[in-house]
Amino acid sequence: MITWRGVLRRFLADPVAIGAGVVLLALVLMAALAPLIAPQNPYDLMQLNIMDSEMPPSWRPGGDDRFLLGTDAQGRGVLSTIMYGTGISLVIGIGAVTVSAVLGITLGLLAGYKGGWIDSFLMRLADIQMSLSTLMIAIIALALFQAAFDANIYAEYAIFMLILIIGIAEWPKFARTVRSSVLGEKGKEYVDAARVIGLPARKVMWGHILPNALTPVLVISTIQVAEAIMTEAALSFLGLGMPTDKPSLGSLIRSGFEFVFSGSTWITFYPALVLIALILALNLLGDWMRDVLNPKLRRGED
Amino acid sequence: MALLEVRDLRVAFPRGKSDEVEALRGVDLTLDKGERLGVVGESGAGKSMLAFAILNLIAEPGRVSAGAITFDGENLLDLPDRKVRRIRGNRISMIFQDPMVTLNPVLTIGTQMIETLKAHRRISDRAAHKLSVEKLKLVAIPSAESRMDAYPHELSGGLRQRVVIAIALLTDPEIIIADEPTTALDVTIQAEIMALILRLCRENHVALILITHDLGVVAEVTQRLMIMYAGKCVETGRTREIIDAPKHPYSAGLLKALPQNAERGQRLYQIPGSMPPITALPAGCPYNPRCPRATDICRAEMPPLEGGVACFHPLTAEEEVTA
Amino acid sequence: MHILAFLIRRSIQAVIVMFVISLIGFSIQGHLGDPLRELVGQSVSEAERQALREQLGLNDPFFVQYFRFLGNAVQGDLGTSYFFKRPALDVILSKFPATFELVLGSVFIFLSLSIPAGIYCAIHRNSWLTQTIMSVSILGISVPVFLTAILLVWLFGVELRWMPAFGRGEVYVTPWGWDTGFLTWDGLLHLVLPCISLSSIMLPLFIRLIRAEMMEAMGTDYVRFAKAKGLRTPRIRYVHAFRNTLLPVVTVGGLMIGTLIAYTILTETVFQWPGMGFLFLEAVNRVDTPLIIAYIIFVGFIFVVVNTIVDFIYTLINPMVKLPGAKS
Repeated sequence: MITWRGVLRRFLADPVAIGAGVVLLALVLMAALAPLIAPQNPYDLMQLNIMDSEMPPSWRPGGDDRFLLGTDAQGRGVLSTIMYGTGISLVIGIGAVTVSAVLGITLGLLAGYKGGWIDSFLMRLADIQMSLSTLMIAIIALALFQAAFDANIYAEYAIFMLILIIGIAEWPKFARTVRSSVLGEKGKEYVDAARVIGLPARKVMWGHILPNALTPVLVISTIQVAEAIMTEAALSFLGLGMPTDKPSLGSLIRSGFEFVFSGSTWITFYPALVLIALILALNLLGDWMRDVLNPKLRRGED
Repeated sequence: MALLEVRDLRVAFPRGKSDEVEALRGVDLTLDKGERLGVVGESGAGKSMLAFAILNLIAEPGRVSAGAITFDGENLLDLPDRKVRRIRGNRISMIFQDPMVTLNPVLTIGTQMIETLKAHRRISDRAAHKLSVEKLKLVAIPSAESRMDAYPHELSGGLRQRVVIAIALLTDPEIIIADEPTTALDVTIQAEIMALILRLCRENHVALILITHDLGVVAEVTQRLMIMYAGKCVETGRTREIIDAPKHPYSAGLLKALPQNAERGQRLYQIPGSMPPITALPAGCPYNPRCPRATDICRAEMPPLEGGVACFHPLTAEEEVTA
Repeated sequence: MHILAFLIRRSIQAVIVMFVISLIGFSIQGHLGDPLRELVGQSVSEAERQALREQLGLNDPFFVQYFRFLGNAVQGDLGTSYFFKRPALDVILSKFPATFELVLGSVFIFLSLSIPAGIYCAIHRNSWLTQTIMSVSILGISVPVFLTAILLVWLFGVELRWMPAFGRGEVYVTPWGWDTGFLTWDGLLHLVLPCISLSSIMLPLFIRLIRAEMMEAMGTDYVRFAKAKGLRTPRIRYVHAFRNTLLPVVTVGGLMIGTLIAYTILTETVFQWPGMGFLFLEAVNRVDTPLIIAYIIFVGFIFVVVNTIVDFIYTLINPMVKLPGAKS
């Protein structure tokens, strides 16, 4: 039996898990407190000065103390844009996983509990969607979205579209996980008992089966947030995601990319470093959780 | 000199970082040419461990921690791997418990037979194929020739076990170790397979170590018997004698539990309690918590194996089986 | 004979999937932009516009228009690119060799490295090399493809100047019109960095998968029986264990096709590789609707074909799967 105290004890005994946890906590705090602690507000055009553009980090010749990690082409401090950008990346990642979890849990419960043609239809759909891949689906959907609307409308709704599209594209992972837990729980006595006393299917599913299927959902959620952030970064890098005036980490890397060749590498490399740290911390925590909570789940089989 | 002689064989598994537990706790065994030996005990007694240890096939992280296995004058534990490999599957072959998982699902029966021959003999593909078909015929597989191209899943459980037996016979071994060869099969074909093994061993003068939990089968097939409990041998001797007059209370209990020994209208006998896991053995004789004859000494000291029985209070010939 | 039956059945399935994709593609096309404006500009009177609409069949019912579209599509006509003023399919096909060679190169890289590495890590579970490979692989999974690509361009293309950073370099045009970078030294050099980038996430994923499956196979009864038969270690590992590892690897490989195509878009963007993905993004920026739709349909076609091939390979290597029509 897994207890919270036991989980905590194992967490404190694992240096890798602690390291990943600390990095993640620091990044989340940095993003959440960005409006308070960031040296500049990169969204406030009044604070920007084009004269400040492409300055190297402050310890290098030509650097400025106001901009610890240098500035980008528009004169925004890289440190400040990273702080705000991390927040946007996290919001999209967590938002998308919430959407896919709600969708996936509902459809997974339905498929597992009802069985029959509903089950085969949903699982076939999940198969096709998974082999098309989230990124491909999102690229096509956003490309069409961008072609259909003009740039201003697109910029305004980009964050919601990203959350929705990535969220919808990722439902199969949750649905499959929940479905297999449901199939495992379905035959157990307490479910029969609930049915025998005449509880409606909806109550049996949500009230009795779901709580037992939540552990694997928790495990894949962490890794899914990492994947969603990675997908968002890729989309923004392609110019299909967040616009450059409301940049996520991916759009920061996009806007800095062309300057890599003129030697202004800091505009790209610091956001890239933060992005990798964020994904790595989430992946390591996810792997750790999977080992502790559910040794049977394996990456590549989910 | 005996064909196979095992002395004080011990197998250990790591527990935690520095500790080990013993699954086999010093087992002795001798087997003569063409002799058939039964090894009997409840599951977890270490019977299969003994079989795998003889062929040096203990799975990681387990290891043979002490003892000697002398086959044809050489200690297998001292031989380099390459020499053990030449004996394994060649002069000593093995029949596994569950034929459904013993054969590789993606290779044909023919491939799995021919590779065995080629691992031990300089033989052409055609000759190996011919010999394999002969052995399939020997184990009474119908249309043997065409089965060579079949995959395991195309055969029933009984047929698969016949294939496994044919593979064991391919190299004309001197010893066959059969680990519960009929347990996983349908009741209706268990007797057939057992009879086949017995016939083949007799006709080819092959020694057999038959591992089973079924005393009834052992009585029909083997000449000598070894009863194991919690990683140790508790009684050994001629099969007939042990069955007629068991000395160890555990042997007596096993015999009494046989359905054919129950009297009409009476409930089947069952030895009370269950075998302790090797990680939690009691002090003294491991059988003492279940034994009706146990006294203080049994709870304090391990009885040595003397005169074929490891017990401080063995049953005498006159005693009724009351264990 | 039953292989033929399998192919026929899969072909029918593929046709159905393509039908659905084309239907989606077509209905999107009707809602994106105004084809008239692209053709004649805005300085045309309303009456003339109506006449033109009628003439182009834009006023016909949806399904009449769709079947006309389908009829053209079957003959290889997926519309005309607004930007290139050429048939959209021709434009895409002209970029196909570049993308195909990129994918081929990276599949070669990750298969030739992940199989030995995965097997090694499964056999030598506790060696320092295994620990290193496994740690690096979790890092590899966490670095997005486009960042690996940027890092490689910067390090080897800009700083060290060891490798060309952009484009395909010199290509050799075969008599049948296929331009290849495989046959020139310059073309091969240009392939190195993009191929490594494209394989950078697949490689650690496959190493982990092959290791896990191989470890499972090594613990099975049939491998133990193979040992008991006295087989030599290489035969036990590579014939008995590895053959069974291949099945799940092929399955997962099939599931990766979509991801691989998406990654070509990222890789081509970083290296300005003149392939289909780069073309697609340009089309999106230019709102070249026919080209966007043509790309989607073409990629859907590739996807269906490759999936069918993967299924076919799976059936060939797995004797447990009965081909339809085979006797039991």
